[in-house]
Amino acid sequence: MSDLTPRPRRRLLLAAPLGVAALGGLGFWYMLSGLQNGSFNPRGVPSALLGRTPPDFTLPPVEGMSHPGLSSADLRGLARPVLVNFWASWCVPCIIEHPQFMALQAEGVPIFGVSYKDRAEDARQFLSRRGDPFTRLGADPPGRVAIDWGVYGVPETYLLDRQGIIRWRYAGPITAEIMNEDVKPLLRRHA
Amino acid sequence: MRRLVFAALLAPGLALAAFLPSDRLADPAAEERAQSIGREVRCMVCQGQSIEDSDADLARDLRRIIRERLQAGDDDGTIRGYLQNRYGDFILLRPPFSLATGLLWATPLLALLFGLFLIRRRRAVVVPAAPLTAEERARLDQLSGQS
Repeated sequence: MSDLTPRPRRRLLLAAPLGVAALGGLGFWYMLSGLQNGSFNPRGVPSALLGRTPPDFTLPPVEGMSHPGLSSADLRGLARPVLVNFWASWCVPCIIEHPQFMALQAEGVPIFGVSYKDRAEDARQFLSRRGDPFTRLGADPPGRVAIDWGVYGVPETYLLDRQGIIRWRYAGPITAEIMNEDVKPLLRRHA
Repeated sequence: MRRLVFAALLAPGLALAAFLPSDRLADPAAEERAQSIGREVRCMVCQGQSIEDSDADLARDLRRIIRERLQAGDDDGTIRGYLQNRYGDFILLRPPFSLATGLLWATPLLALLFGLFLIRRRRAVVVPAAPLTAEERARLDQLSGQS
């Protein structure tokens, strides 16, 4: 009897699905916009190395390049935070992010590169054609050092503070948005 | 019959998914152990597959690493730890029990308890029947034959 007449509480309950749908839609929109500007990566997995120093390793220089190679000793007691970028000449997203590194290097931020599963001549050609943002460049043709870092695909970029502790990792190409919203604030914070 | 044909069609695909025979260990028991570890390790590239089922480059590298470590005399736990150290818990298809995963496991139970609590609370509240209006009383009297 009285149960059949809609009471305010009941009406509120009827509106609940609508509210849930609206919230879901908002979340979905937020996710999509994140996907578009690169701040949200649905396949992204947090690095197991965050808050730790990288594993011990020594990588030789890329043949025919004047850059020194890269070893874990180069990543301790730094004057300023650095980026470590795993890349390859055969990797298309690496071409997309390349201009970001050229601009950052022009600002004086040291960027250390690891040439992942690449041939020396291809790496050299890539850098001579598109510019060379690296201060150091280690060659990792078998990709074993990359596995020690927990790299699961190129490009991957790590930010290390002055103590050489890994503070941030991004899997995928660094876009202008990520550079401005993540990398630069982190570089300032750890300077 | 049709099922058999399908199975026959699928078989070469399965064989392709397995990796190069040259990468397998000569000792069948050791190879079986390597595969049983590999089946529990997520391919970080394809994410829904184990490295034993994946054709990805990284999966092949990890299969090799498992076999190398196995031949070096590491036990299964050490090998899993080696991968977990580099890629985190996500690399294990069977997540280890921790506070965070514990909460995840407990969620169905918590939801059930919450539901029971709600039901109990609803039952406890006895809605008192609204008193009859004068009109209703008159109608009732009429129906029950009292006037």
